[in-house]
Amino acid sequence: MRFSAYRTESFYDEMFQDDGTPRPHVRLLVDTIESLSDGHLLRYQHAAERLLLQMGITFNVYGDSAGAERIFPFDLIPRIIAAGEWQHIERGLVQRIHALNAFIDDIYHDQKILKDGVIPAEVILSAASYRKQCHGLNPPWRVWCHITGTDLVRDRDGRFYVLEDNLRVPSGVSYVLENREVLKRIFPAVFEGLLVRPVNEYPSRLLEMLESLALGEQHPRVVLLTPGIYNSAYFEHSYLAQQMGVQLVEGRDLVVSGGDVFMRTTKGLERVHVIYRRVDDDFMDPEVFREDSMLGVPGLMAAYRAGRVALANAPGNGVADDKVIYAYVPDMIRYYEGADAILPNVPTYLCYRDADRQYVLEHLDQLVVKSANESGGYGMLVGPHSTQAEREEFAVRIQANPRNYVAQPTLALSRVPTIVDDHFEGRHVDLRPYVLCGREIFVLPGGLTRVAMKKGSLVVNSSQGGGSKDTWVLAPGGQS
Amino acid sequence: MITPAQPLLSRVANAVYWMARYIERAENVARFLDVNHNLMLDLPGVFSSQWQPIINTTGDRELFAERYGEATQQNVVRFLAFDAEYPNSIYSCILAARENARSVRETISSEMWQQINSLYLMITAEARKTVPESLPEFCHAVRMGCHLFEGITHSTVSHNEAWYFTSVGRRLERADKTTRVLDVKYFILLPSVADVGTPFDDAQWSALLKSVSGFEMYRKKYGRIAPDRIVEFLLLDGEFPRAVRYSIGRADQALHAITGTPRGGFSCASEQRIGLLRSELDFARVEAILEGGLHEFFDALQTKMNTIDECIGNDFFAQRPEGAGIWA
Repeated sequence: MRFSAYRTESFYDEMFQDDGTPRPHVRLLVDTIESLSDGHLLRYQHAAERLLLQMGITFNVYGDSAGAERIFPFDLIPRIIAAGEWQHIERGLVQRIHALNAFIDDIYHDQKILKDGVIPAEVILSAASYRKQCHGLNPPWRVWCHITGTDLVRDRDGRFYVLEDNLRVPSGVSYVLENREVLKRIFPAVFEGLLVRPVNEYPSRLLEMLESLALGEQHPRVVLLTPGIYNSAYFEHSYLAQQMGVQLVEGRDLVVSGGDVFMRTTKGLERVHVIYRRVDDDFMDPEVFREDSMLGVPGLMAAYRAGRVALANAPGNGVADDKVIYAYVPDMIRYYEGADAILPNVPTYLCYRDADRQYVLEHLDQLVVKSANESGGYGMLVGPHSTQAEREEFAVRIQANPRNYVAQPTLALSRVPTIVDDHFEGRHVDLRPYVLCGREIFVLPGGLTRVAMKKGSLVVNSSQGGGSKDTWVLAPGGQS
Repeated sequence: MITPAQPLLSRVANAVYWMARYIERAENVARFLDVNHNLMLDLPGVFSSQWQPIINTTGDRELFAERYGEATQQNVVRFLAFDAEYPNSIYSCILAARENARSVRETISSEMWQQINSLYLMITAEARKTVPESLPEFCHAVRMGCHLFEGITHSTVSHNEAWYFTSVGRRLERADKTTRVLDVKYFILLPSVADVGTPFDDAQWSALLKSVSGFEMYRKKYGRIAPDRIVEFLLLDGEFPRAVRYSIGRADQALHAITGTPRGGFSCASEQRIGLLRSELDFARVEAILEGGLHEFFDALQTKMNTIDECIGNDFFAQRPEGAGIWA
């Protein structure tokens, strides 16, 4: 397959410059792909899809009939990030996670940032993800965001922007690891020539970070808490548990006794020290949060508060994930770090402000409207692709509950060549790097590139027909 | 330094036990179908209505009658192979085995998962048809797929506590199925006196042996087809892997490996119950069993095996209240 008919069409293309020539750091890959004989690439693509199905690397779609599983669509053509660009992203992410941790810790302690008037207190207190039960908690090193999957997008101007922080239970890292395994088999020569930075240290780094949370414990037992096999990210939960060699547990496997947390085994109760929980705050402990939760562990929060068990991510950290509060992150960075944000936010209109709301209601056909507390592409309006009826519905919803809505300009997300039938077409992508934070911050060199498989679509979420690509971060000193 | 074994979650133990049981069940249902079909081919006409007995082996006769009515080949095959609403169809068993496997994917090996997933993809593709295009090929594929799973299980995971639970599950299921197939032959197909020793009767007994892959092994040991010897072989043989005594013996061994209690003693109800059954079978004489009534013996045997299953649930899988000891 050749790129000769490929057009960038006025979008920022991750692989080709406006004049149609490959960007310098991707030339080797372009040459390799073009040197493959006809049909080769398609055969590889089909082989990769078969492999993913055989391996059962699937996700569940909510609302679909029980047990319905799909493979996460996967495109062979990787997204490549030059070394210098990555350094910029990495510095920006470290700065941002640092500030977010300081912010959350402040909110659950002295609330200085509110007293100093940097963020209006009512914005925080009205956030659905604000947990007053978390006041006064002191997680090790005052870290509340241990695992983060920040969503970045690149606009037409070629700059990266932060779209969402995803602090609560970010998913997708297993696809980063699996996609890489597939691509290494298909393009081995390119890996050697390009100095692609490896991603396979992630499970070890994750385990190390989790173990470090059990302060003073010689042989801490880490477990991964999953909502169970019907959760859309169940594959990832079992995969990460397997890769780390830790137990995958459900709420019913755990019990709090005498203030400590135990798991129920065939030989009795065994102490648990650290829980990597992939269950939302709401469902974690029916004694503290939602009473009807069947997924949680009664007494877990009391054990956590008493320092008998560590939780990652820390409960309550979602307060900084609210899409209204997101808009204040650049202010937080200035407040806590004394510097401007290295990675800018996407400009955001906050509907609870009268002027912003007025503007949003008048420009619904141009903006992307999001509900403050939903993720996965749910509760969202993409103005330019919406119908009149949809816009009217959103106008009603915004006016009924302005605090719950934000709007952003529709970005021209960058594109990457993607295999469509027997040729390449540009498809819009975002980028989700993964950041681990214990005593120190580690940014995995890579991340999940999600791709909107539908022509022209800007929605990359897997629940909405999005797929993924492998993401190659090049090492400094390579051909970049 | 010896690293202590990782403790096994009760839920995981339960899931691997049932995963193995369901795979074994699927394999046995495929065996019943295959052999019955084969028998029809050998004795056309005479046996045209002989699909009812295999429904009886399942113990779900009423359910079948209610849903399908007449036991035609098509109805029986549909029911036992593909019926998604019948929990013991091959289709349902493989789905259930896979759901269990999925819930413990980090415990079983990737190879095990991939094999169970292949079986799942095969059965879901097949089940779109009303009945399999070729019943023998289909049954063969299921049997081989299940054998492959058993082999992969044997050779890709450590023979640790979780593995022993798969062993207990498989052996108990197998003992149960062998009992059922014998029971049906003996009482539902009980030949009239005039038929004993005729080719008609021989063919049935041979089919029964074949359904548990026991024909060749039986021939080597006993030669002639003789009902009491066949009962002895399938119930009390200590070497044939599908014989009830052999299966119970292995389940007993696996249970002791789990608890660490020496064989010959017990530390929990499951061990005590299975030990009693094992010694009963070890020292039984087939003549005495036949005198007391084979059907009565089977009934008692199944009750004992059900009790063992319940005890295993209580001893190892039950979500015990906090603080309670393991044998509480």
